[in-house]
Amino acid sequence: MEKVKEKKETDEEKDVKDTDKGPVMEITHLSKGFDAKQILKDINLTLNKGENLVVLGKSGTGKSVLIKCIVRLLEPDKGKIKVFGKDMSALKDTELNDMRKKIGFLFQHAALYDSMSVRDNLKFPLRVSDKTDKEKEDLVVEMLESVGLADAIDKMPSELSGGMQKRIGLARTMILKPEIILYDEPTTGLDPVTCKEISNLILEVQKKYKTSSIIITHDMECARTTSNRMVVMKEGVVVAEGTYKELQKSEDEWVRSFFE
Amino acid sequence: MSKSKTQSVPAKKSNQISVYENLVERVTTGDTGEFFMEVAQLSKFTINFFKNLFRPSFEFRELMRQCYVAGYKSLSLVAITGFIMGVVLTIQTRPTLARFGAESLIPGMIAVSIVREIGPVITALICAGKIGSGIGAELASMKVTEQIDAMEVSGINPFKYLVVTRILSTTLMIPVLVIFADFIAFMGGFLGINILGDVGIRFYFTQIFNSLDYNDLMPAVIKTFFFGYFVGLVACYKGYTSNKGTEGVGQAANSAVVIGSLCIFVIDAIAVQLTSLLGK
Repeated sequence: MEKVKEKKETDEEKDVKDTDKGPVMEITHLSKGFDAKQILKDINLTLNKGENLVVLGKSGTGKSVLIKCIVRLLEPDKGKIKVFGKDMSALKDTELNDMRKKIGFLFQHAALYDSMSVRDNLKFPLRVSDKTDKEKEDLVVEMLESVGLADAIDKMPSELSGGMQKRIGLARTMILKPEIILYDEPTTGLDPVTCKEISNLILEVQKKYKTSSIIITHDMECARTTSNRMVVMKEGVVVAEGTYKELQKSEDEWVRSFFE
Repeated sequence: MSKSKTQSVPAKKSNQISVYENLVERVTTGDTGEFFMEVAQLSKFTINFFKNLFRPSFEFRELMRQCYVAGYKSLSLVAITGFIMGVVLTIQTRPTLARFGAESLIPGMIAVSIVREIGPVITALICAGKIGSGIGAELASMKVTEQIDAMEVSGINPFKYLVVTRILSTTLMIPVLVIFADFIAFMGGFLGINILGDVGIRFYFTQIFNSLDYNDLMPAVIKTFFFGYFVGLVACYKGYTSNKGTEGVGQAANSAVVIGSLCIFVIDAIAVQLTSLLGK
């Protein structure tokens, strides 16, 4: 048993080393507020290639606002977000759309188009691609198989459970083969077994498609399973950064309280 | 409320400045401010619509689907309403015309009133209720469940896909529905006449078409395009900009119907004025 544990730790260390291939995303001095309330205050973050970066924090600390700023669903008030060396705020509409295809986004409640079947949901992001119908269909089947839901292809979103919707949402995110994936609370509202399945799926996706990810969560099990590195946010500020183990032994009591 | 704000302007400032500040304050706060903000946002939304309308690529498949939803799926409701309109109008006016021995004018009266006014307005109101509320609620619920954001992050322009197609579909389909409703109303009128009398269908329709001319048809058809455009515009605007969770879905549907219906009456009033001015 100990040996297995040791081996797992070695794998984790290897994974961390693998991620050390330079940043794919750099966030510098990012601030965002709504009316008088400042949500993000001078955030500085780097996401390395192949890395799973978990952003941890209590509800309302601005975690979701952070990833919405990355894809410009929200416009930052201050600061820069560079993805693959390009300043996101300087991109024109067409460039922004091209860049967004390289950044997958899994929404908290999957955000499946409820008037479309699972097949059409997955095909939707491909509508502007040059692929033939046959290629699109094959890709849809491949993605559904990768999330273990090939049988659900003709179902409507309302016929799926919460966990299944998350998986389909992930398949739809993956269909454009993004290099970066942003997960907004991927395990929220799911039972522990499904949470574990989703966490393992995130790891599988990282290994299979060599993606870099930012995972917003306050589910510690998900954070433990998926993270290569973690940052902890408190009231719009990054207060701690390190691996799961490092943060577990943090001197800051508030940070440690997440792990208890 | 605005009166007390007017009094709070410091006396030392010059009259000109305080009047200006007062105006700015009144325009940017309270109900007046909200109204002007809404008008500004709606104008921006309209400009965005025209920008996206002529920018490729075009969403023909979605436009066809929306035309099917707005047009075909409203046929039965519009048909029933049109038929009842025709029957009721005939039965209600018959005694008055009969008193003057002018029963033979009934088909002409039905034709002019249905084509010029009752057909377009009633059909557009029905569409504002059925199509407008549907669009408002659908878009608002997509907004609440982040489906619109999901489209945006996958590199699809949600405005073009959701808004442009819906506004175009109502603009194109409501005139078709109005023409259909007019025809069904004529049929209803024919039934209404024959409840107490005996008029042949050929005579009835000859009378109808003889009493209609270009000045009856064209303004009526043109204004229905505006009815359709505004029903779609208001519904899409209210749905697309909804931001109050599930409460916002109900509000969007409600506002789509109320403001859409109001727009129909305002456009109709303007159209009547223009028609009478141009007709002189």
